[in-house]
Amino acid sequence: MPLYELGIKAAQEGLAKGEFTSADLVESIIARYHERNGEIGAYLTFDEEGALRLAHENPKAVPIAIKDLINVAGQPCTCASKILKGYVSPYDATVIRNLKANGFIPAGRVNMDEFAMGSSTENSGLGVTRNPYDLTRVPGGSSGGSAAAVGGNLAIAALGSDTGGSIRQPASFCNCVGVKPSYGRVSRYGVTAFASSLDQVGPMTKSVEDAAILLKALAGHDEMDGTTPDVPVPDYAAALAGATMKGVRLGLAKEYLEVTGMDPEVKRITDEAIRACEAAGAELVEVSLPHTEYAMAVYYIIAPAEASANLARFDGVRYGHRSAQATDVFSLYTKSRAEGFGPEVKRRIIMGTYVLSSGYYDAYYGRAQRVRTLIKRDFDAAFEKVDALVTPCAPTPAFAFGAHQDPLTMYLNDLYTIPSALAGVCASSVPAGFTRDTHLPVGVQFICGGFEEEKLLKVSKAYEDCNH
Amino acid sequence: MKIDVAYVAELARLELTDEEKAVFQPQLESIVGYVEKISTVDVEGVEPMMHGREIVNAFREDIVRESLPVETALANAPQRVGDEFLLPKIVEGADS
Repeated sequence: MPLYELGIKAAQEGLAKGEFTSADLVESIIARYHERNGEIGAYLTFDEEGALRLAHENPKAVPIAIKDLINVAGQPCTCASKILKGYVSPYDATVIRNLKANGFIPAGRVNMDEFAMGSSTENSGLGVTRNPYDLTRVPGGSSGGSAAAVGGNLAIAALGSDTGGSIRQPASFCNCVGVKPSYGRVSRYGVTAFASSLDQVGPMTKSVEDAAILLKALAGHDEMDGTTPDVPVPDYAAALAGATMKGVRLGLAKEYLEVTGMDPEVKRITDEAIRACEAAGAELVEVSLPHTEYAMAVYYIIAPAEASANLARFDGVRYGHRSAQATDVFSLYTKSRAEGFGPEVKRRIIMGTYVLSSGYYDAYYGRAQRVRTLIKRDFDAAFEKVDALVTPCAPTPAFAFGAHQDPLTMYLNDLYTIPSALAGVCASSVPAGFTRDTHLPVGVQFICGGFEEEKLLKVSKAYEDCNH
Repeated sequence: MKIDVAYVAELARLELTDEEKAVFQPQLESIVGYVEKISTVDVEGVEPMMHGREIVNAFREDIVRESLPVETALANAPQRVGDEFLLPKIVEGADS
């Protein structure tokens, strides 16, 4: 087996036994990158020299592909936006420091929807990423580069970020495991902000065990991110030993399973996953999350509102693109932003500014925050009855480029992943099967309560085991 | 719902072409039309959820520590003079 096909666990075992070194792993990935990246476009840039230097300095470390919104000192960090072309990070994000302290090194920068706004990576301002399982289709998004790199064996594993489904939906499209940690579990210091009450960084891997190993390295309190409580990080991988479906109370929510517009193959694969869990000993419990139907609307108020504030920092003053046409400070702002941002980012900034503007704040943002409380309470009530929820991850398998020209129909891709993001709980996407005619991967989603990643990973692992 | 896209874009410090305005106008109105479904939810007495997790007073020790060196902080500056970012004149009538 070529080294680039390895996952984290197998790579760590080979490194420990001295079968190969970190530099061997990086060289294998670089060779694969030269062979396949032209077609797949998972990576935006790959500093081969830098990655090899780090590998020689850390001969037992496993290389990880990094979504291009996470700062690594001395590397570009463009967020796939023209406004950050040429930007070089001045420092390491906390997650990068954590990786380095736990036997990993960053290697390569992977593509994404510009500023993580999108569900197909078509909104990247800097490159096209194709689904490794069908090059005529999108890899999902916004962490489409991460998913394509892992699913296409151009990386051992990758970091993604999830605001409304940006780890889980591309993981489903590219046959990877993706974990969106609970809000506050992983530090965002040094991660370019999109919607600060939602953003989380998480692992995208080739197995649940790999996700457990990587999440353990990423998670924990960081005094540089005030949203990370000082809650101990369990040894997630060790907790997977003996993971079983026996006795697991698995919630089935009609708001997720009885939805019109769900692809029939996604429905079939989800139903089969549920039957497999039941056959492996899970107790199926019907639950209801009645405010689910409002989650999309709440998200498309809150996320653009927070984005409009966060992206105000891109003003052409301290870093990023500055317009050559500016004549005064006002036109410096308006022209630099006009030239630097792509259409979806502009749309969301305007949407966010509108819902926060005078006279509309209470009706939109204020009200959305209250409905968000009701969505959160739905999850609290459900988790009194069940250990985990099982749902589809995305309503369809990977779609063709250009399939969703209307922004609102693109947004509906995140139907199943948005409510749990709003509630701040943790969720995974685990490969479940392939569509019959098109042979496209489909993932199933598991959702657990806040800071219950250990339980989430155990259920995900038990499903992975019974699906084989 | 009619949105004054030109006005909101100005608030957001974004210059839009006429073509962009024409494209965004119906798109934004359709998105706003969609999100208005929350107006039917009874939120009487419901507290707003401001964050993904409730956390109060996350302070760190108020001590002086090393910050980015000036050269590093200025390394991405579009234009600079000495140790400062160079910008067009801001105050009307002042000498630059």
